[in-house]
Amino acid sequence: MPYWVTSLLRVVGGLVAVLLPAGGIVYLFLFKMMSFMQSRLGPMEAGPYGSMQLLAEVGKWMQKEDLAPENADLRIYRMAPLIVLVSTFLLIVVVPFGPSAYFTNFETGIFYALAVGSVSVLGILIAGWSSANKYSLLGGLRAGGQLIAYELPMVLATLGVVIQAGSMNLNRIIEVQNTGEIFGIGIIGNPFIITQFLGFLIFMIAVQAELTQAPFDMPIAESELVSGYMTEYSGFRFLIFFIAEFATAGVFSFIAAALFLGGWGVPFTWFGWDSIDEVAWWMNFVGPVIMFTKMFALVGVIMWVRFSYPRFREDQLQTFAWKVLIPLALANTAVTAILKVVF
Amino acid sequence: MAPLSDATTDETQDDAPAALPGDGVREGIIDNLRSHIGDQIVDTKITPNDDLWIRVTTDGWLAAGQALKEAGFTYFCFLSAIDWMPSPYGTGENDPDAEQKEPDTAIVPGYTGGDTRLQVFARVTDLNRHVGVTLKADVPDDRAVMESWSHLFAGANWHERECHEMFGIGFDNHPDLRNMYLPGDFEGYPLRKDFPLLARMVKPWPGIVDVEPMPAQDEEEAPPAEETS
Amino acid sequence: MTLTDRQQLSYIASQAADARLNVELETEGMTLNIGPQHPATHGTLRIICRLDGEQVVWAEPVAGYMHRGYEKLTEVRTFPQVTTLVNRIDWLGSFANEVPFILAAEKLMEIEAPPRAQVIRTILFELSRIANVSLFLGDLGVQMGAITPVFLAFRDREYILNLIEGATGGRFHPNFDRIGGLKDDLPKGWIAETRGAVKKLEEFCDTIDDLLFGNEIFQSRMRGIGIIPADIAKDYGLSGPNARASGIDWDLRRDQDLPLSYDLADWKVWTHPDGDSWARCWIRLQETRESCKIVNQLLDQIPAGPVMTKVPRIIKVPEGEAWVATENPLGEMGYYVVSKGGLGPFRVKIRSASFNNISIVPWALKGVYVPDVITILASLYFILGDIDR
Repeated sequence: MPYWVTSLLRVVGGLVAVLLPAGGIVYLFLFKMMSFMQSRLGPMEAGPYGSMQLLAEVGKWMQKEDLAPENADLRIYRMAPLIVLVSTFLLIVVVPFGPSAYFTNFETGIFYALAVGSVSVLGILIAGWSSANKYSLLGGLRAGGQLIAYELPMVLATLGVVIQAGSMNLNRIIEVQNTGEIFGIGIIGNPFIITQFLGFLIFMIAVQAELTQAPFDMPIAESELVSGYMTEYSGFRFLIFFIAEFATAGVFSFIAAALFLGGWGVPFTWFGWDSIDEVAWWMNFVGPVIMFTKMFALVGVIMWVRFSYPRFREDQLQTFAWKVLIPLALANTAVTAILKVVF
Repeated sequence: MAPLSDATTDETQDDAPAALPGDGVREGIIDNLRSHIGDQIVDTKITPNDDLWIRVTTDGWLAAGQALKEAGFTYFCFLSAIDWMPSPYGTGENDPDAEQKEPDTAIVPGYTGGDTRLQVFARVTDLNRHVGVTLKADVPDDRAVMESWSHLFAGANWHERECHEMFGIGFDNHPDLRNMYLPGDFEGYPLRKDFPLLARMVKPWPGIVDVEPMPAQDEEEAPPAEETS
Repeated sequence: MTLTDRQQLSYIASQAADARLNVELETEGMTLNIGPQHPATHGTLRIICRLDGEQVVWAEPVAGYMHRGYEKLTEVRTFPQVTTLVNRIDWLGSFANEVPFILAAEKLMEIEAPPRAQVIRTILFELSRIANVSLFLGDLGVQMGAITPVFLAFRDREYILNLIEGATGGRFHPNFDRIGGLKDDLPKGWIAETRGAVKKLEEFCDTIDDLLFGNEIFQSRMRGIGIIPADIAKDYGLSGPNARASGIDWDLRRDQDLPLSYDLADWKVWTHPDGDSWARCWIRLQETRESCKIVNQLLDQIPAGPVMTKVPRIIKVPEGEAWVATENPLGEMGYYVVSKGGLGPFRVKIRSASFNNISIVPWALKGVYVPDVITILASLYFILGDIDR
């Protein structure tokens, strides 16, 4: 296929892979699941059972006035939401959806993903500073501290997976999970959630913090800071932040599904495949469906926790990261390394 | 700092209703106060088994508060003032078209008497004996300044600020006497009777509208209450 | 149209007076203005904080954005008209505001409401306490980011509001109490409905206990925060659950002899020795359960009889002064009524609980973190109408 066709496919695929989860998450979880948990119905008017509500909201935000505070640093103020959204798009590039359905096949896939995932911190920080608003500043500074603190547990948790899989390539990690066996029983493969359960927990907690979702939503902290670093943003720019928040939730869940739940695959023994090269071509179409299912399950857990828990104070948050999560993650890595050598 | 207690602790000291004070307690309070600031107590009033009022001189206002606090009245209830002048605008409750009676301008104070137009009054409570005292003092007409209670009871700070802005009474030694509710440039003292209520000036109350009597209702009045002070 | 010189000078002077505070604060640290429009404050309360990083160095509440001049208004109203005004002081538990005023007027007239009216008054009083505090329990979560309990609170509070509406005609402002009794008798079927609603509220309390009070994050946010020792509490005049959380065993329902029927029920007063935010919130939860118990017991004991004694059609309250305070949902609320024998009062001093409760904020907020500011304010629980009157 000519290069421009594949590039076009990749662009379209990237947009779909980022925006479709965002829309689905917003509708399913934010509008409906949260409403049911709070014994109300949620949006019901726009479309059947309110399914078009997000489109209506997008339309509403897009036609709002482009405001900025008088003292805001305009160029940076305008750049900040875009930086956050760009980091999401950069992240989706390494997520594979099938044996040949990937955007790129980096050998250092997960390493690249973790590095690029911290670009959003910059966006949040400069959003806080450039808004010329004390609430935003407080939110931005809190975000800076929190996001950097929780990067480390995330990296250390993935270290265990990388050690166990023996590679940083996400497709290889998925292959190892689906061809592996547990104590000789290969019926469910070897999803790393079983052996790396501690790593999985740490990763999910770190993701919750990276997304600034409750109980780690100090940077937003609606009852104190109105909206934290997002206070001065309205209209289209707020829409970018909003989409970026849920899209990043989706993308991180894709990565977690790939790392811990076996990604786009089902255990290869069900079909008698031995390696990734033997996987049938139709897996490229079923794989995305499986990925999406796993992603929605994980995001459901993230959102469930978000709607139930009050928030930590930032010093409690930092204590939790530095004194609890990082030692645990280090211990997990050490044990994994030892067991990998022994077995 | 004492260690925090268990969530399920419920320490209630006393389930049975506490013994309510009879009048012997109130007389004892007056005697105790007399022994501290005897000559500054001007008048007292006890309503039987109910309440206690003590009026002190202007100079004894702070000393009375101190003596009461030492006697066990550690709970500060409130502090405010009364303007005994009848309102020159009337109470607006009568029909404005009817013949206006001569408005009454005599300054008649209430319980325990008084010689001036403005009086401050405060209430403190003894939580152990379950009894409260209303303390009153005259505010001199020529110089409306009293001693501040804010170093005695910390809660008096805000009450004195409100009293100051509403009545125009100054408080000596108050750390920060500025307006509580009103904006900084407000002129006048609203709760004084000669400050008009503009809403009623603009639109007088039409008076009590004549209501049809309820069917089968006796028109006999309740026996008039006798003053037993 | 340009302002005259005098107007301009007066405006500058007022800005200077208000800005005097702000100018003093600009030298170091950051000045943060929490409110008057803010998701956290229960109304238009403004708190000026001087921050050093995230710690509060100095905090000052500025009230008065909702001052309606009640004490002046009562001077031009007749006694029955004042109950309409007074409903709106603590608007979440409105019936509770009318009761002390009516009791003061009845004390001056030396009459008492008939027993049936007294019991119904007590029941409605406790129902308004339940309505008020259940909203507090839900709102507590929102202050901290737990957005679900508040919906449960609003849903379950509707049962109580429906009951109050069924009896009095008004959900929020019943205006039901009259000098000498109540306006009307209870409608048919009200007692059975109330039992059902109270049961739902008890389940709500258990849910909140699990969902919020049992949550470790909630506990770590509330325990040990904002400790107010008992003698400071008494100095400032803290009342109600705020005082009982500091270990002060003082409840006006038990410690006074008012013509309300609390002695007909078997209930207890909850105190807690700690004096921190956790204690204040926990006591309110227990008191809601206790109120449910009181209502259940009183519903069995409503005597038959009239709901209104014989009072003249036009009520003139004899000359005198009276002070009555009751244990309102927010704390101790009292009225000092001065009457000169006219149709209306001569002077009414309204002692509202939140005014004293919030006066402790400058003391309580020294050296706490910004998130704890919100927590402490939430646990002290004020209603703007109560502070500002």
